[in-house]
Amino acid sequence: MREQIEGSQAVAQAVARCRPEVICAYPITPQTHIVEALSRMVRAGALAPCEFVNVESELAAMSVAIGACAAGARAYTATASQGLLYMAEALFNASGLGLPIVMTVGNRAIGAPINIWNDQSDSMAMRDCGWVQLYAADNQEALDMHVQAFRVAEELSLPVMVCMDGFVLTHAVEPLEVPSQEQVDAFLPAFAPLQLLDPADPVTIGAMVGPEAFTEVRVLAHAKHMQALDAIPRIVGEYEQITGRPSGGLLDRYRCDDADTIVVALGSVLGTLEETIDELREQQGAAIGAVRLKTFRPFPRQELAQAIGDAERVIVLERAFAVGAGGIVTDNVRAALALAPDQAGGPDRARAPDRARAPDPARAPDPARVQDQGRPRLHTVIAGLGGRAITRRSLRGLLRRALAGDLEELYFLDLRAEVVERELERARKGVSGPHAESILRDLRMVMAGPV
Amino acid sequence: MFSVRIHGRGGQGVVTAAELLSAAAFVEGLQAQAFPSFGSERMGAPVLAFCRVDTRPIRLREPIAEPDAVVVADPTLLHHVDVFGGLAGDGYMLINSMHTIGELGLQELHERHHPERVVSVPASEIARACLGRPIPNVALLGALARLSALISLGSLEAVVRERFSGTAAEGNIAAARQAAAQVAELAHA
Repeated sequence: MREQIEGSQAVAQAVARCRPEVICAYPITPQTHIVEALSRMVRAGALAPCEFVNVESELAAMSVAIGACAAGARAYTATASQGLLYMAEALFNASGLGLPIVMTVGNRAIGAPINIWNDQSDSMAMRDCGWVQLYAADNQEALDMHVQAFRVAEELSLPVMVCMDGFVLTHAVEPLEVPSQEQVDAFLPAFAPLQLLDPADPVTIGAMVGPEAFTEVRVLAHAKHMQALDAIPRIVGEYEQITGRPSGGLLDRYRCDDADTIVVALGSVLGTLEETIDELREQQGAAIGAVRLKTFRPFPRQELAQAIGDAERVIVLERAFAVGAGGIVTDNVRAALALAPDQAGGPDRARAPDRARAPDPARAPDPARVQDQGRPRLHTVIAGLGGRAITRRSLRGLLRRALAGDLEELYFLDLRAEVVERELERARKGVSGPHAESILRDLRMVMAGPV
Repeated sequence: MFSVRIHGRGGQGVVTAAELLSAAAFVEGLQAQAFPSFGSERMGAPVLAFCRVDTRPIRLREPIAEPDAVVVADPTLLHHVDVFGGLAGDGYMLINSMHTIGELGLQELHERHHPERVVSVPASEIARACLGRPIPNVALLGALARLSALISLGSLEAVVRERFSGTAAEGNIAAARQAAAQVAELAHA
């Protein structure tokens, strides 16, 4: 049934219909509405026998999820920002132990400077922690991905993180369809753990492994991750059969067929981006398309290379930034484009083209052109850090700049360059102090004196 | 696409107003999206909420910079925030105040704009009388429904009954009706 509902409430309902057995969480903005809603359902007895565990920190939240999942319970938690980072050690343990926990990340910036608003620095900082990472473009996809996530996680014995932009999605009210209990039951069988801590049949989980076998364990973890590239399209296909709704997956192409400029993006910016692309196509016939990246870990190299085809220009729009390096997603895209077509699936996995929109083989990249002519040209655009809105107006300007051939390799959307310049000038004069506080004074957000 | 920007202060139900507006549009079979401005909301702090209504699915997720209607739940914001920034030339302005547009010092704006689309309504007083609490949000939506015809009063009442219960629902509905009636009177004045 379609209803007008907040993203967080819809995600909570979707998680509830997955019949979780243990939910543990520590509140942090902007994911709080999700676990608040779930805690009310548990208290009302609607999820019996599910237990809601109030914990003292995010590290404890993930640790409780690990214990619950190892003992055979379907476990769920949610967090954001510093909370995710506080979990870091336990995140690696959950994936290393092969525990199929599902977690929502309501994406939010990382301090310092402290900032409660949206970007994707948090989940991007944890991209290599061994979890599958899915990024939702809208709230329908976010809630669908949660149901799919339990299937992916439990089939592969891998934890899955569903990332949804904080506030932009978590706090947005829109018409959404949460699958019915019958649909979810038909799609998601009861949790049958591949490994189980059971006092009646004791096993060891989490033994110390030395140099003699650590590499092998890691290689096996990688191989399992790569299986998700086949499992996700299959599972998403089954979900579509039951719900009648295509949602989630590895990636999607938007108006790419004739595009010589392709924007690769993930998360909630896609809607505004697609509006802008439609507008520029209509107004000036610009051949622009977008690749909606939905699965970031494992990284769908082959599918991405095929989706980009022989486009001349690729703009990777990122809501996170690696200080001292540049774009995070860009590096993954570059690696995918550098693959020769026969390697694009990786050595450890059969080729499996994207289910929904099998790319035209004629558009597969010609490796010689890619290498010899330096095509496609790759640009990183950092946008929306710390909650700065990404607007049509800004994207329009960006795409026009790109079409004119004026886009730098690394570009910050809507950067207030004069603010940076003034601060650099002060620094040259030897005025000491942290940049953040100095800039706040400069912008008269605060008065002179200690902040 | 019709877009509404609601300005107010924490505690006035501004975020709820945007949500109710979107829900009423949904009841009418329209596509709608509501979202708050994203900050550390607290009682008394300036708050912003947005609502888009369209016949097609809504993909845009930027804040509303060029609204078709602006609702100001607290008139003290008129002097602190550019509440009418980007408002469409034929847009609607609805201000929660006991004072007339002229008394609020907005006469010039009034004359430049379609005068019948610039309206003040004492929504807090109406809410205090109907509800016992000066929370103006639903009364303002009643006034907006009558002013812009974006949603019907009936759809608004349906979603208010869904959201609230008992005296809160009935009080809010009475407030919405009274505010709508005052807008209708102004139109005929």
